[in-house]
Amino acid sequence: MNAMPKAIAIAQAAPLLRVDKLTKSYGHVVGCRDVSFELRRGEVLGVVGESGSGKTTLLNCISGRLPPSSGAVEFDTSRFGLTDIYGLNEPDRRRMQREEWGFVHQNPRDGLRMRVSGGANVAEPLMNLGNRHYGKMRSATIEWLERVELDTRRIDDKPRNFSGGMQQRIQVARNLIHGPRLVFMDEPTGGLDVSVQARLLDLLRELVRDLGLAVIIVTHDMAVARLMADRLIVMKDGFVVETGLTDQVLDDPQHPYSQLLVSSVLQI
Amino acid sequence: MTARPNQPERYYNYAYLDEQTKRMIRRSILKALAIPGYQVPFGSREMPVPYGWGTGGIQLTAAIIGPDDVYKCIDQGADDTTNAVSIRRFFAQVADVAVTEDTGKATIIQTRHRIPEQPLKAGQVLVFQVPQPEPLRGLEARETETRAMHAYEEYGLQYVSLYESVATYGRIASTVGYPTMVDERYLMSPSPIPKFDNPKMGDNEAILLFGAGREKRIYAVPPHTSVRSLDFEDYPFETQTWEEDCALCGAEESYLDEVVLDDAGTRMFVCSDSHFCADRRAAGHIGPMADHELAALETEPA
Repeated sequence: MNAMPKAIAIAQAAPLLRVDKLTKSYGHVVGCRDVSFELRRGEVLGVVGESGSGKTTLLNCISGRLPPSSGAVEFDTSRFGLTDIYGLNEPDRRRMQREEWGFVHQNPRDGLRMRVSGGANVAEPLMNLGNRHYGKMRSATIEWLERVELDTRRIDDKPRNFSGGMQQRIQVARNLIHGPRLVFMDEPTGGLDVSVQARLLDLLRELVRDLGLAVIIVTHDMAVARLMADRLIVMKDGFVVETGLTDQVLDDPQHPYSQLLVSSVLQI
Repeated sequence: MTARPNQPERYYNYAYLDEQTKRMIRRSILKALAIPGYQVPFGSREMPVPYGWGTGGIQLTAAIIGPDDVYKCIDQGADDTTNAVSIRRFFAQVADVAVTEDTGKATIIQTRHRIPEQPLKAGQVLVFQVPQPEPLRGLEARETETRAMHAYEEYGLQYVSLYESVATYGRIASTVGYPTMVDERYLMSPSPIPKFDNPKMGDNEAILLFGAGREKRIYAVPPHTSVRSLDFEDYPFETQTWEEDCALCGAEESYLDEVVLDDAGTRMFVCSDSHFCADRRAAGHIGPMADHELAALETEPA
């Protein structure tokens, strides 16, 4: 009797993240308007749309980096429960971002410290959480470099000496090592060639499933959305024009813009 | 005829700076003493030396010095280097103070990159000149961000530099400007003093004042305040050690400078604190090269 299917149990649990009528305008220019959705534990949400459709604005608002003009972003924090992140004071918000979130940038140069070694970049979140034991951090770093399939002998090389795909792997390790519950990804495979892209996507998908992470992934690449996301949000001119399960949106798009988007994917 | 320092007409710009500037600096000093380790912004003035030659330290000294003070100035521990002699003469001239090389007799000691070996007493002020007051600057370029880090006590980033050092050299290899935690609250750069001197800052009886002229910051360690050097649990903080003793005075526990004597690679290690070394030699201590020509005791006319 109590053997409730896992999917239903997850659906009935409180949301991890709730976005309510989020609007951000830059003067007269609208970044995103009236965006509402909920995200549950272990769920991967894709945000797709063309350049300038408000994807990145939305991601920055949700991730606490850009205060919205109106609307609320609530996150199920471990210290305060489900709370409006912009209602928290700054030190609490920064602590929550540090402890419970990760942010993978499109350009690894934005997400890594280019002047310190790859190993130190991966270990930094542990130090931010108060870890003061070098040996333990070192072994955790090596373990994570193995998980993202990097050569552990290169642990002390500077990020600039790694290729673009490797830098992105370092960034992924850096954003997962501290055990976050929600990870934001802004075009994580942008700027990589297709074979490297495929391998990185494969790795990301595996890690996300293994760790039960909730992920919000912004991309304009339908293939990335198809591979990674459980659910999709399609944005155009700041509005959400369509939402639904990934396969449903991609196989049977309802909104004219979604249809255009799906049909624009190049076939080889 | 020049007016004497305590005559009314010398009051206006006694010790080079005008009264308003000195009051402004004193207010910043009081704030810095009230919040140990916090960097107080102040309106740094043009000084008659270039930035980087100690304008922060000179302004601090000018703000606190009075005609009854006894002034000592050291550069890398030595009283007789060009910079120290020039700054000492400057204050002898503009503030009409007595000058000394004796660490025990001085009331204000301005220093570049050393803390004297002789323990300081209550009533003494040690003035440091600081090129870069922000210990996190090498890792985080944004001032807005480092200020937030200080405000919210987010000091994990500083450990990245220590991690990097252990990863590269197998130990925490940085030797100068070694980051410290003041009163378990503010992260502080101790100016480029060797980490050998870091333990002397904790629970010191004297007042330690730090001035960064170009960066326009003043900070302070009041007497009897804890100053802890950062480290890892498995790589504890340690100071430099030397295999040699001082070649002139035989001191075993002082900070030594390496002096190259000729092109053949001959060298000697001598105390960097010239007054400490001279005192010991006057008291009869003898090192292995005590008869070397560099051992001649000279007193520099102030």
